[in-house]
Amino acid sequence: MTPDPRLSEAMQLLPDYLGSHLRVSLTALALGAGLSFPLALAARRRPLARAALLGLASIVQTVPGLALLALFYPLLLVASALAMRLAGLSFSAFGFLPAVLALALYSMLPVLRNTITGLDGIDPQLIEAARGVGMTRRQQLVLVELPLALPVIMAGLRTAAVWVIGTATLSTPIGQESLGNYIFSGLQTQNWVFVLFGCAAAAILALVVDALLALVAQGLARRSRARLVLGVSGCLALIAIVLTPALPHLRGAYVVGAKTFTEQYVLAALLADRITASGLTATTREGLGSSVIFAALKAGDVDVYVDYSGTLWTNTLHHREIPPRAALLDALKNELAASGVTLSGELGFANAYALVMTRKRAAALGVHSIADLARHPELTIAGDYEFFARPEWAALREAYGLSFRAQRQMQPDFMYAAVAVGEVDVIAGYTSDGQIAKYDLVVLDDPKAAIPPYDAVVLLAPKRANDAALRAALAPLYGRLDIAAMRDANLRAAQGDANATPQAVARWLWETVAKGDASK
Amino acid sequence: MPDPTPPAIAFEHVTKRFGSGDGAVADVSLAVERGEFLSIVGASGAGKTTLLRLAARLIEPDEGAVRIDGADIRAVDPVALRRTIGIVFQSGALFPHMSVAENIGITPKLAGVKPAEIAARVDRLIALVRLDGVRHGARFPHELSGGERQRVAVARALANTPSIVLMDEPFGALDPLTRDALGEDYVALHRALALTTVMITHDITEALVLSDRIAVMQAGRLAAVGTPTELAASVDPYVAELLGTPRRQIARLAAVLPP
Repeated sequence: MTPDPRLSEAMQLLPDYLGSHLRVSLTALALGAGLSFPLALAARRRPLARAALLGLASIVQTVPGLALLALFYPLLLVASALAMRLAGLSFSAFGFLPAVLALALYSMLPVLRNTITGLDGIDPQLIEAARGVGMTRRQQLVLVELPLALPVIMAGLRTAAVWVIGTATLSTPIGQESLGNYIFSGLQTQNWVFVLFGCAAAAILALVVDALLALVAQGLARRSRARLVLGVSGCLALIAIVLTPALPHLRGAYVVGAKTFTEQYVLAALLADRITASGLTATTREGLGSSVIFAALKAGDVDVYVDYSGTLWTNTLHHREIPPRAALLDALKNELAASGVTLSGELGFANAYALVMTRKRAAALGVHSIADLARHPELTIAGDYEFFARPEWAALREAYGLSFRAQRQMQPDFMYAAVAVGEVDVIAGYTSDGQIAKYDLVVLDDPKAAIPPYDAVVLLAPKRANDAALRAALAPLYGRLDIAAMRDANLRAAQGDANATPQAVARWLWETVAKGDASK
Repeated sequence: MPDPTPPAIAFEHVTKRFGSGDGAVADVSLAVERGEFLSIVGASGAGKTTLLRLAARLIEPDEGAVRIDGADIRAVDPVALRRTIGIVFQSGALFPHMSVAENIGITPKLAGVKPAEIAARVDRLIALVRLDGVRHGARFPHELSGGERQRVAVARALANTPSIVLMDEPFGALDPLTRDALGEDYVALHRALALTTVMITHDITEALVLSDRIAVMQAGRLAAVGTPTELAASVDPYVAELLGTPRRQIARLAAVLPP
């Protein structure tokens, strides 16, 4: 039996992902512990500062890791803009920096709390003895208090390490490569080998770092030189890995971004493929949050990605009125150009939000268009994680006077199956999704045009506006991807087939496009 | 004409108040002569430990002054002062993360004595306090018996060759045999090294057997001070009550144990 090709692909990516994961985790841990430790020492005899510090750290802890990471991106964008304006300094608010800062903040509570608890727990008689034998305050701390509190402090550091390594998997959506890339891309493309591989790798890494720190702690506490040497050399080896620069061939000149759904993974692979085919180099940054990716493009952290005209129009530019398709595209081009972003071309298909039902259920209820749904408030609807917060949903409800018994959020790839088995009645699906055909679903008409058109468009970062080589590499794609081909590609990529990686599907898609050209 | 040799320790009208009242001392004046072994006895909370802590400047008096060799200790850096005094803490208070040798060697180490000299001194002290078991220096406090721990505590107090040693209930938690042996051994050391010793104890018998003089504390005040013989003749009702126990013991012991 030959091993699953997805496994060998995962192994190929491992050095890169693991290196990035270690780099961001250890930097965050060093920063977090480096800040917390002196803060704990300074605050422990000051009740007010101590309460404030522990309170703040606890509040940070209650913020979900994903949200904390995502919050740092806009925060740093503002800081970066300010630094540029005030000091002419430029730094990237994307990827490494926000991930490190958020994770460092996350790591602070255990170190703070354990340092303070450990020092508090020392027998006061021993402190008196330390003073009595003639120790200065500093000597008391270094010779007696810290050694006695060490096991508790090290336990805090170990907790922090495990948290940070686990939470670092969530830094993928803000553009930091990590072991989370396996998990995010695996979930989107139903590649369970990737998901399991990512989880296992993160868990093993956390256990290894925890074990090394335990060795250091035991070595210090029990004065076992062997344990100490083993633990410290293990930690040094990890740090050496972190400091080794990433292999140069893995870093392409152009960064292709992708949002968090299957089609985006396929399209990013397609763009990267075209760029590479023209002799340039490209790296993909996948699983980026919808709000992160446009800002990243504007800031130049992502060079190129595919977005949708309606999404940009309503979500990014905050327009409420929806002009006809061609007018919208023109207006969009102009407005984007004003902020430096180039709309370089349309791919030829649209991936619109659409309300979708099974053919049988629609026929039974006599529903042909969205307007008919207004008569059925007893139905339930499901959408992806952002749909019900998007202006399109508000517009739809307003235009048709819709109300549903319940609305549920779902992983996009599971929505179609859910509506097919009757788990929900209506879903907010995507018109380019191959599963519509697979499950024999119907797309409901939108007679009032409440949902804007969603032409897939290629956006270029401001710094790439005049990049002729890039434009030339991408030009063969414009207008060539029809909805049928895209649906087929999406269906293949979402099947979880071992040979249907986004890269493989992208190659198939290109061959289909090229064949179509040849037959013309 | 002033006294040509000032007392080793002099408490002059010392008052120290605490919020709870426990351990407070009020207007205590007491002189400990050079070379003397003085015990302080009294009930818990009578202020015995407070006097000891005042002498090492671990706390400051509210009123009055403490002099060591005639000098007001407020003029001396507290850290430097403590390095010249040996202290044996209640129940030893050995540093649990340090070996016996490191515990004993901590005071010379703080004083900047060279490691080789410290090692030699630690060996001499281990022999001096009769801790000459196998490799005692490398063991840790939790591996020792209660008596052995107290011997280490005494050795630690002596490591900086102090002339004054303060001991807070040094033998209190030990079984009677060990306690007796340690007390005898310490008095021998006290004489051999010409120390001035102040020992706190709640056991009047121990004080009578070991000390040159005894100070009796009652509710923060110095009720009486004198040699065992002088105390035995005291008419102070509290002192008489204190001495009642050993008197009754003697009578009973005489009946049981023929001379």
